[in-house]
Amino acid sequence: MNEILKLLEEDSRYTPAQIADMTGKDEQYVRDTVKRCEEEHIINGYTALIDWDRTSEEAVTAFIEVKITPQRDDGYDRIARRIYQYDEVESLYLMSGSFDFSVIVSGKSLREVSRFVAEKLAPIDGVTSTATHFIMKRYKDKHRAFTVEPEQEERTLFV
Amino acid sequence: MMDYESILSQRVQSLQPSGIRRFFDILDTMQDAISLGIGEPDFVTPWHIREAGVYSLEQGHTKYTSNAGLIRLRTAISEYLYRRFDLRYDPQKEVFVTVGGSEAIDLCIRSLLNPGDEAVIPVPSFVCYGPLVTMAQGVPVYVETKAENDFKLTPEELRSAITPRTKLLILPYPNNPTGGIMERGDLEALAEVLRGTNIMVLSDEIYAELTYGQRHVSPANLPELYERTMVVNGFSKAYAMTGWRLGYVCGPAAVIKQMLKIHQYGIMSAPTTSQYAAIEALRNGDGDIETMRASYDKRRKLMLAGFRRLGLSCFEPRGAFYMFPYIGGRGLSSEEFCTRFLKEERVAIIPGSAFGEGGEGYARVCYASSVENIETALKRLGDFLGRLS
Repeated sequence: MNEILKLLEEDSRYTPAQIADMTGKDEQYVRDTVKRCEEEHIINGYTALIDWDRTSEEAVTAFIEVKITPQRDDGYDRIARRIYQYDEVESLYLMSGSFDFSVIVSGKSLREVSRFVAEKLAPIDGVTSTATHFIMKRYKDKHRAFTVEPEQEERTLFV
Repeated sequence: MMDYESILSQRVQSLQPSGIRRFFDILDTMQDAISLGIGEPDFVTPWHIREAGVYSLEQGHTKYTSNAGLIRLRTAISEYLYRRFDLRYDPQKEVFVTVGGSEAIDLCIRSLLNPGDEAVIPVPSFVCYGPLVTMAQGVPVYVETKAENDFKLTPEELRSAITPRTKLLILPYPNNPTGGIMERGDLEALAEVLRGTNIMVLSDEIYAELTYGQRHVSPANLPELYERTMVVNGFSKAYAMTGWRLGYVCGPAAVIKQMLKIHQYGIMSAPTTSQYAAIEALRNGDGDIETMRASYDKRRKLMLAGFRRLGLSCFEPRGAFYMFPYIGGRGLSSEEFCTRFLKEERVAIIPGSAFGEGGEGYARVCYASSVENIETALKRLGDFLGRLS
């Protein structure tokens, strides 16, 4: 199963037939495994890595450090749920160290993201402070570098 | 007017230039051609290794090293060979660092052959051995390996090639272009044939890290072959470091000592920056090897399954990163097949005949290319085969 997952993580466009060839498994087995992983939320979706900076689309992303007071009974989870349900929230992680949540928020403009932090995130019960860092440039995401390295000069040789 | 033909060495003029050049000349003129021709990793050298090279420059390590290479590197090579292949060599006397595996092969041949001595070379194999033997005034004796034997050199084939003049046996495994390997039992059978002779073995193990399903076994792993074996290896294939030009050779101190003299006069020392990078590769690069090997393996299986679907008969390669499918029986020589395939479908593969006798009827296809390229090439191959039949 993990072999199939690793291939999908590498490129989710691989077809079951390709994955079957690359792993030496049966195509039906691959289909069944992927379906089961989807049902069990091991696979939680498929998406594309887009460098919006190369488009005309205006977009900003912020990384926000959030400190909270954990709640009795359900610790961090209830507050986390209140945060991640907002569509603006791209990712949410519970962190070790000097703050509690790392929240990644995207929006159309600085103003939009700032308003989200001021009006939605900061006022949540239990949130004691936020520190917002805007992302200026994305160099690499999910193991993919977003910069294009110049190609090496073409060579004719025989090895 | 200078008459260069009469001036130039007869021996060098007798060498055939690689027939593949015009092939790449056609390729160069094509816009959207896919090349599965060049035998080279498609990875860039892992960053931590490149960074070690850059750091060595920042530190000002820009001078010659000792002729044999940095002792720290030789020690790292010795530790690596023991860790990964259970081979023991003394870094002081039995290891030295060369400009790629190619230099090591050349020096080995030049140090061992007297004029007229014969070198047994299994083919199909990489193209350098014969010409280097010729340049050393030796005589190449080619032995055709067969698909039905998984392109292994059999003891019978070896025995039939040996004469009183045989000095050297070259063992190019894991093999470029066939992907064949030699297992312990296969080597033991050869050892039996070599027993009691003075024949040395040059084992070109540049693809040793790229085997699928089983670890590489070196002839030097066999006690009865250890003292007659020169192990050639390098960084190009295992760590995707082809442009760094760094290899090494290990073997009996008496041979190493002689080889080192030629190296000393002809080369001085291997590139210093590359040597520093190589220390990092050996110390912290085992994970990179595994990652790249797994990636090649995935593409190996993908291409093999594709060939099988197209009905191409293909030996399942167990090492290196090449497929060697049979493309004969269609009224075309392998060169005609590959030239037409390139012109009509814009995919470059190499005619098996380029790798010597026994390669006719086959083609070498390198799968160190993207999954997308492999899929497109397979599709175009299907179209091409459809038109031929």
